[in-house]
Amino acid sequence: MRAVRPLAILAGLVLAWQAVVLATGAPPYILPGPAATAAAWVESRTLILDHAATTAAEILLGLLLGAALGTASALVMAYFRPARRWLLPVLVISQAIPVFALAPLLVLWLGYGLASKVAMATLIIYFPVTAAFTDGLRRTDPGWLDLARTMDASRWTILWHVRIPAAMPALASGLRVAAAVAPIGAVVGEWVGSSAGLGYLMLHANARMQVDLLFAALLTLAVMAVALYFAVDAGLRRAIAWQPETTPSSD
Amino acid sequence: MPAADSASLDQPPSPAVSVHAARVVFAGAALFDDLDVTLPGGRWTCLLGPSGVGKSTLLRHIIGLDSATDGDTVTCSDGRPLAGRAAFMAQRDALLPWLSVIDNVTLGSRLRGGRRGDGEDRARALLDGVGLSANAWDRPDTLSGGMRQRAALARTLMEDRPVVLMDEPFSALDAITRVRLQNLSARLLAGRTVLLVTHDPLEALRLGHRIHVMAGRPARLGEVLEPPGAPPRDVDDPAVLELQGDLLRRLAAAAEAA
Repeated sequence: MRAVRPLAILAGLVLAWQAVVLATGAPPYILPGPAATAAAWVESRTLILDHAATTAAEILLGLLLGAALGTASALVMAYFRPARRWLLPVLVISQAIPVFALAPLLVLWLGYGLASKVAMATLIIYFPVTAAFTDGLRRTDPGWLDLARTMDASRWTILWHVRIPAAMPALASGLRVAAAVAPIGAVVGEWVGSSAGLGYLMLHANARMQVDLLFAALLTLAVMAVALYFAVDAGLRRAIAWQPETTPSSD
Repeated sequence: MPAADSASLDQPPSPAVSVHAARVVFAGAALFDDLDVTLPGGRWTCLLGPSGVGKSTLLRHIIGLDSATDGDTVTCSDGRPLAGRAAFMAQRDALLPWLSVIDNVTLGSRLRGGRRGDGEDRARALLDGVGLSANAWDRPDTLSGGMRQRAALARTLMEDRPVVLMDEPFSALDAITRVRLQNLSARLLAGRTVLLVTHDPLEALRLGHRIHVMAGRPARLGEVLEPPGAPPRDVDDPAVLELQGDLLRRLAAAAEAA
């Protein structure tokens, strides 16, 4: 059942797509059907995969950098009280400014290449990771802290052996959000200004009315994003297997 | 008390711990004020009293977890400070869920800057002593409540400190498991200076050399009760049964005074 369900969902989506095409009678240059999209994918696969590799690199680098910066910021804020007072407003401001508005600026500063897209993905990931990990670090069970203090632990060893491991489930939530939104950052960057990537390919295909190619690129991006999310989710589950999981639906 | 005697052979005698003029103010009202108590060296002192009277607060005050008070009220009979010489065992086992049982037992040395694997042989011996040698590499969430509290006891013993402060460590366990764990603790902690905070008069009578009832606000310690015979006393020990009624009456009076 576990293997069948994703396939069933996929089949359902494809059927719904085909149904919309049939019901509306839309011409292929407005809404291509699944068959036309698949044909376009096969025809342009080297082109699509080439651009997909660029986008994948942007997403992964952004994810790594955003997660690293977010984790480091959370640790600094958790550990040095003045840092929290000074960094937190900056953090909130960084989220109050829409990344989409910053995109042209980042392209101007960092160029059409990889760097501006990585920066965009990093920016979009930074806040959820920092916020989630900060919360986790501040919600350590008081019983564990009491115990550690009676064992003459130092602030550093409490942080390393108690607070950080205890905050892992919270950090995992932040990283899941990060994995889900990282592709958005990268593609927005590509739309604003780029010479490669799936976003770039989609923009070009759109301008030339190659809607089937646009759909093929879009589907590739979706598959990449879903695969990334599930890979991250599976990795995190394995890493924090000690955390008991309950679902409200089984109450 | 053969167990206590053999324990005192291979380690220096555990010091008596005295609290003098302890004062803790909670939300504007003094929980206790000018409170004196002495824990005789190498003996179990049990502290009973109604909920909220300040038993746990007194224990936390002694071990230094109560940051709201100025310290310097706690002295040891050997003249050295208590800091670093007291172990703590709480009602909740506080096992870290991401560590195996043995890594939990050896947690203290890592928190003091030691390495993973330090003291593992001793930890294995202690786990053997509490009957958990087969579970050394299990995660805590796979253990029953009694096994978890035994792991916590092994962790407390691993600290090897002359003074042990316990805050209702057995209260979440079923009756039979509790009696077993009381016996185990009495045997393994013999010769140490122990303060046991408890709700259970029977537990106090089984384990305590001295029993105090804490009552009132600001709280006072009642007249000390010293049951005859060496702990752990049997559940059906006539002295235990006889004193249980007396102790329950004192507790009832304390509850009314609160």
